[in-house]
Amino acid sequence: MTPILKTDNQSSISKKYRSVLRKGILALSACALLNSGLLAQPASAAVGEPEKEDLKFGFIKLTDMAPLAIAYEKEFFEDEGLYVSLEAQANWKVLLDGVIDGRLDGAHMLAGQPLAATIGYGTKAHIITPFSMDLNGNAITVSNEIWKQMKPNIPKLADGRPKHPIGAQYLKPVVDKYKAEGKPFKMGMVFPVSTHNYELRYWLAAGGLNPGYYAPEKGDTSGTLKADVLLSVTPPPQMPSTLEAGTIYGYCVGEPWNQQAVFKGIGVPVITDYEIWKDNPEKVFGMTKEFTDKYPNTTIHIVKALLRAAKWLDENNDANRPEAVKILAQPNYVGADYDVIANSMTGTFEYEKGDKRKLPDFNVFFRYYATYPYYSDAVWYLTQMRRWGQIAEYKPDSWYMDIAKKVYRSDIYEKAAKELIAEGKMKVSEFPNFAKETGYRKPQTQFIDGITYDGTQPNKYLQQLPIGLKGKDKI
Amino acid sequence: MNHTNTLTPNRFDVCMNQLLSAFDPKNWAKQMIVPIIAILVFLMLWSAGARQVHTSLGAFPGPTKVWEQAIALWEEHKVEQKKAAAFYQRLQKRIDKAIAAGKPEAKIERLRQRKYTGNETFIDQIVTSLITVSTGFLLASLIAIPIGIVIGMNNTLYSAFNPIIQLLKPVSPLAWLPLVTMVVSAVYVSSDPLFSKSFLTSAITVTLCCLWPTIINTSVGVAGVNKDLINVSRVLRLGWLTKTLKIVLPSSIPMMFTGLRLSLGIGWMVLIAAEMLAQNPGLGKFVWDEFQNGSSNSLARIMVAVIVIGFIGFLLDRGMLSLQKIISWDKHAILR
Repeated sequence: MTPILKTDNQSSISKKYRSVLRKGILALSACALLNSGLLAQPASAAVGEPEKEDLKFGFIKLTDMAPLAIAYEKEFFEDEGLYVSLEAQANWKVLLDGVIDGRLDGAHMLAGQPLAATIGYGTKAHIITPFSMDLNGNAITVSNEIWKQMKPNIPKLADGRPKHPIGAQYLKPVVDKYKAEGKPFKMGMVFPVSTHNYELRYWLAAGGLNPGYYAPEKGDTSGTLKADVLLSVTPPPQMPSTLEAGTIYGYCVGEPWNQQAVFKGIGVPVITDYEIWKDNPEKVFGMTKEFTDKYPNTTIHIVKALLRAAKWLDENNDANRPEAVKILAQPNYVGADYDVIANSMTGTFEYEKGDKRKLPDFNVFFRYYATYPYYSDAVWYLTQMRRWGQIAEYKPDSWYMDIAKKVYRSDIYEKAAKELIAEGKMKVSEFPNFAKETGYRKPQTQFIDGITYDGTQPNKYLQQLPIGLKGKDKI
Repeated sequence: MNHTNTLTPNRFDVCMNQLLSAFDPKNWAKQMIVPIIAILVFLMLWSAGARQVHTSLGAFPGPTKVWEQAIALWEEHKVEQKKAAAFYQRLQKRIDKAIAAGKPEAKIERLRQRKYTGNETFIDQIVTSLITVSTGFLLASLIAIPIGIVIGMNNTLYSAFNPIIQLLKPVSPLAWLPLVTMVVSAVYVSSDPLFSKSFLTSAITVTLCCLWPTIINTSVGVAGVNKDLINVSRVLRLGWLTKTLKIVLPSSIPMMFTGLRLSLGIGWMVLIAAEMLAQNPGLGKFVWDEFQNGSSNSLARIMVAVIVIGFIGFLLDRGMLSLQKIISWDKHAILR
């Protein structure tokens, strides 16, 4: 090593100076090396390479498939070594069957689908979810006819606009009128175990209307026993045209299908699910247990990519949303017009035509720990399945908690989150405190009817609900 | 046979003349003036009529909107190609990094084999549709022509097959589709399939629906061979194969090709319906997806697809006609 200073006539002072300099440089480079992370390993081993790199994910054309689209377009999947193709599915049944029979490796699913499949309501298969894709994002829309009849009864604000939230008690007189005339009052939702079904039923029940019961053990899966309002299934993209045709008088669906009704002038959204239950869990990313057992590393890499996409969507106070809307407007994703999608994803929501109100949390992808798969969310959906008879018999509280644990896999979520923190891509504060997290949210009070939901006591919760099966009730 | 002088045109010259006459400008002008005027009148009527029709997705698209969307679809195709190129560049960087890091050869080979996972553009979907219809049609012809020949020549077999043919002929492709889907799902099980299930389902549905015109027309053509020619073969004591190849087949070519043309036309129509339901990534799926999207451009884009479907159907028909002209022995027959 050539000396930095001249060596011909070295004094003892310059010798000391040189050795100190050398030691200093060595120390500095050692520090740099440590800080670059090459030597800094987290306490647990880093996740290995994905076992399966070619993946096919399914989705339905709704704006909340955004995390999948962003993870693809922003190359988050590629960063994790995954080569993903995204395929739109015709309806929720085709999507669920696709995941169960292995045609799809994973999919954008309704929060109730993994639960229903695991307990055997519908096709039985053990499906798990380690990632919640979003909160909120649905609305209930009624046809112009029905709105005209509802509007006079609704209290108004000072400027003449209807006061929100509009409960179903303002729909009740209209339904009663139709029943008196012998016309069945029909409404649509997207799938028997969809969040939309349970939110619509909750809203109707809170207003004093019976949405009907299921009696699967008697072979009746229509869900219309003793109903004031008859609910039926329609795939989301076909909702506006079914409303236009007059087959249904209203529906509960995700976006852009409510704003689409406003743009086309065929319906009026009356309430969003944000107002029915503030920050309710909506979609999850589901995979079969078989897949996650066979490809554990791949699963973690998938969750990592989705976490990054979710963060990007809510980053800087929703600053990236316009770009996200542009991506979603592509025909291979959601395909609706930019303006229709932007109407609900960029901080507002339009109710009656021209009545646009501020609703920044209509879609929440990452903040408020939206991506964490809380057990209490799973238990709420199970309680609603019991409430309306899809679960035919009484089940003890422990049953609800066991199913939630089997299906909602926060352990996978934790591994992925810790990996991202170790890579410096996310901060510890962006996640719940894993050491203390039980998976059950604090009792939630912001429901439209004011009833408190405590996920640790499902049967007690069922007792409080006005309409619905309780305790050992049977149809 | 007769002593021909060397000035009689042989088959090759006749073919070449016909091909060249198709490209002769003088012929073109005469043949094209009237159709072009008719098309222009149609476009004007369409434009005027479209403005009167208001759907919930906006006014029905006129020719200008449809043309704009056709351009847009072409642009989207180019954008997707650029994205694919960017992907391959990124992939190359990854391969280089992997080689530099000394990763195992198997992994590097897998990286090299990677294909872009982007979406099918409109042009890709046209190609997929053409491949699917060709597969279905060829399969149908391979089955139908031999059956048609055999039942045309043999009365017993004809009475045996005829009831089944008449029963299966009117069945709509939409009725076949669920059955075909279930059978393909059950039978075609493989971890690394060469063909996708939707492709097979669509192709087989096309086959099932376009068998019948070919069988029927071939059998009629074969049964209707001129009795004099049959007598000639008896007099010359020709073997069964020689009789079939030299007398029966050439004389039944016109009817056979009529059957084939009908089959191809029906096959192309059936394909669009089958693709919509089986979700094979072709033109049928494009129309269905646009309908589901419900954007303000959707109707115009569907019209673009309708025009392209019609145009391709026309080209396929003309293609079969040219093939018939080349193969047929009777060069003076009028073929429409």
